[in-house]
Amino acid sequence: MQLAETSLVAALRDGDEAAFTRLVKEYGAAMLRVARLYVGSRAVAEEVVQEAWLGVLNGIGAFEGRSSLKTWIFRILTNIAKTRGEREGRTVPFSALASDDEPSVDPERFLPDGHWASPPPSFGPEERLLGRETRAVVDEAIAGLPPSQALVITMRDVEGFTSEEARNALGISETNQRVLLHRARSKVRQALEDYLR
Amino acid sequence: MKLFRRQPLACIEVVELVTDYLEGRLPARDRRRFEEHLSACDGCDAYLEQMRTTIAVAGRLREEDVPPELEERLLVAFRDWRA
Repeated sequence: MQLAETSLVAALRDGDEAAFTRLVKEYGAAMLRVARLYVGSRAVAEEVVQEAWLGVLNGIGAFEGRSSLKTWIFRILTNIAKTRGEREGRTVPFSALASDDEPSVDPERFLPDGHWASPPPSFGPEERLLGRETRAVVDEAIAGLPPSQALVITMRDVEGFTSEEARNALGISETNQRVLLHRARSKVRQALEDYLR
Repeated sequence: MKLFRRQPLACIEVVELVTDYLEGRLPARDRRRFEEHLSACDGCDAYLEQMRTTIAVAGRLREEDVPPELEERLLVAFRDWRA
């Protein structure tokens, strides 16, 4: 454990409210976004987040720092969210690596020799790219992904987790994480192209 | 994906390698071939740039703040736990 983390854990064990608030502010919004991908509604996602924090508080006495505090918190969150999602009849299959038959770009866009027939058109002016609507397009594209891909891109690209943090929180291999991330990014890029072209 | 070692990369292969490239997971030799291709191919160069843009736009979806009513509920739960 890093020094700052050790003292934060100690403060939490002592029931220090400022330490708790600091952690909630740091991870709460990300936890809610992640939980939302497992369960059917925002209200249930909030319950999951609350349950996860209780799990954190009840487990903090036994936390040994073998993973980072962040990874440990998100591991608790994803376990609770998964159970809750399964109760609702929703599952997030991570098991097998998706097969390789899901190309990043429509094969029709390439010539028989594998070079571009229809190269990516420009994304257009920066103002449009930075606009609220463009963000909404990306948000929707992520929501429309298979859940395992949505989770990985949310952790990595929206919330800024490292690949190690994401794969530990999700309990998947580095390769699996990278394949899911690539699929997700490829589809979101296509959604942006469709919108901006 | 399997690459044909001796031939230059085709665009259809390059688009499958972008994340491996950005994650620094390409072996040195493939990384060189990837970069050589990019320096000669406007389509793939634009594609890589668009993937970077996609990542950047996704990063702007991040919300800094926990909804206040949830934060309040969590605090109540915390005080119960501590009591």
